[in-house]
Amino acid sequence: MDIITVSKLRKSYRKGQVQALRGLNFTVDEGEIYGLIGPDGAGKTTLFRIMATLLLPDEGTVSVDGLDVVRDYKAIRRRIGYMPGRFSLYQDLSVEENLSFFASIFHTSIEENYDLVKDIYGQIEPFKTRKAGKLSGGMKQKLALSCALIHAPRVLILDEPTTGVDPVSRKEFWEMLKRLRLQHGITIIVSTPYMDEAGQCDHIALMQDGEFLRLDTPSGIVGAYTDTLWAVQADDMHRLLDDLRACPEVLTAFSFGEAFHVTVREEARMQELAAYLAGLGHRRVEVTPIQATVEDCFMSLMKKSDEG
Amino acid sequence: MKGVLMVIRFLIEKEFKQMMRTRVLPVVFVMLPLFVLFLMPKAATQEVKNLKVCVVDNDHSPLSARLVHKLSASTYFVLTETCPSYREALHCMEAGRADFIVEISPGFERELVAEGGSRVLVSVNGVNGVKAALGSSYLSQILTGYAAELWEEEGLLASRPVLAGLDVCPRYLFNAGLDYTVFMVPGLMAMLLVLVVGFLPALNIVGEKERGTIEQINVTPVGRFDFILSKLVPYWCVGLFILFYAMLLARVFYGLVPAGSVGLLLLFATLFILVVSCLGLIVSNYSDTMQQAALVMFFFLVIFILMSGLLTPVSSMPAWAKAVTYLNPLRYFIEALRMLYLKGSSFLELLPQFVALSLYAVVVWTWAIVSYKKNR
Repeated sequence: MDIITVSKLRKSYRKGQVQALRGLNFTVDEGEIYGLIGPDGAGKTTLFRIMATLLLPDEGTVSVDGLDVVRDYKAIRRRIGYMPGRFSLYQDLSVEENLSFFASIFHTSIEENYDLVKDIYGQIEPFKTRKAGKLSGGMKQKLALSCALIHAPRVLILDEPTTGVDPVSRKEFWEMLKRLRLQHGITIIVSTPYMDEAGQCDHIALMQDGEFLRLDTPSGIVGAYTDTLWAVQADDMHRLLDDLRACPEVLTAFSFGEAFHVTVREEARMQELAAYLAGLGHRRVEVTPIQATVEDCFMSLMKKSDEG
Repeated sequence: MKGVLMVIRFLIEKEFKQMMRTRVLPVVFVMLPLFVLFLMPKAATQEVKNLKVCVVDNDHSPLSARLVHKLSASTYFVLTETCPSYREALHCMEAGRADFIVEISPGFERELVAEGGSRVLVSVNGVNGVKAALGSSYLSQILTGYAAELWEEEGLLASRPVLAGLDVCPRYLFNAGLDYTVFMVPGLMAMLLVLVVGFLPALNIVGEKERGTIEQINVTPVGRFDFILSKLVPYWCVGLFILFYAMLLARVFYGLVPAGSVGLLLLFATLFILVVSCLGLIVSNYSDTMQQAALVMFFFLVIFILMSGLLTPVSSMPAWAKAVTYLNPLRYFIEALRMLYLKGSSFLELLPQFVALSLYAVVVWTWAIVSYKKNR
């Protein structure tokens, strides 16, 4: 069952000068975690604000839980929980006051939906009298998620919830999202600029310049990757990148953690590349074949879309 | 319906919590009326006192000395210098040590005795027009008085003083002593309200925009009407608190109590606070930053205060300025407040002000609700 349907969605700013969304089509299944992955400026926030009924689309339709975002915006607001990219709770109210405020304006109370948030709110409950502005980044994020959940929404829309959060809290956050989906069947649509978080989602959409490069499951996207991919390392990494890009056998070379990921022509051989680099004076050259990650796929898709 | 009321209650509760937690606002609510009512009537008085007079006595006779003494005895004037020549007296004025120069001609006494009249030259520093006009009229009163004295005593003067033939005896109604504070205090109360309940709402919604909290409110089912109402009620309470507190201060400091009904005062205050806070919210709705909202509201408040009749009477404004004051809610409120405080006017007499403020209230409230947009 599709819970979100987006079709031919367009939005532009400054009287059409900036095209934020260029005709998007996609659907989200009920009860899945759908990831929207792309760099800053890809149009993720614009798309989310339209789904959250905060922005009117120029063209196309969006329906959430069978309701149209333009016509039935009032009803939709009861069924979604939206967490903006920027922390937007009242910093001068305490943790508990914030949560109870958002509960009461949805005609409910913390007690009524405690079951839903106890997993998350329980972690910050010891600090419930503290002002929200005085919380750490990870705690703020947990409070924001609790506030978005307190009225038992059917769909959670989370705009870059893990940006600016430490790796441990990020991991914890994804665990919380997975439990929400499993235990309460909540559909979650989440955006992130971090490619390594793509694997946590059931489906992902790779987004660039207001368009989708590809929509698939994470494994589907990785599986569709056909290029030969190697990781290359050597002592002088800085010079290595220039030399790799100058090598006629190498198609692309990107920095990736400790190594460079390079795609090469089909006929290329690892030993030949290692020998070629050693010939250029590189020492301790290591070339190893690797499995493509979502980021590799994104890079390759981006390059193809630029060329096309 | 019950649910909606609950939501409004929680929204209002939240506004109060936030207002009280700023720490600075409760202090402002208490201290501002205290300062304004205690200091302003004393400082903003238009009575002219302590005018600096420099005398050039070229005669040095008993009669000229008596004139100088009479000048310095007046509470309006302070004799700062006596100069030997007009030139030096002019230097005094340039240096700011004199507002008036009184030059007594040589042979003053001789001419008075022999011819029954003489001349006194008065030069006035005209930079401050009010001071100059009032001061020179006081000065000529003293001179005429002196002439009348001499005439009565010794029949020295050939002609009678000009005013002596007609005795005008005014009786001032509603403010018997023409006490300036009685006139100023009700106006200052209105100014206090404008400053607090006009300025704070202007910063409120735009503040939520700046902090991003408006995003979270906008995805809730809270309606525009409820939202604006919840923003208004706290300012309404604060405004009434300030008004009653100011009335108490007026009584303690100046023994001033309203001659008219307090109920009417409350009615007008309610309407007026609604109008001013709605104007603030409208400014807030159209602004993107708090700085922008503050500047726009400041612009309006200055115009409201200057065009209200608080400091200068509306009746003496040019026609175009008078026309502008009809658009100024503060004008009606100050009128109503002064009429209630000084004259004890009835509701029927205040009907024009009531109708004007009510119309204003309906327009700005609707505007405040419509201009608040949850999605763009």
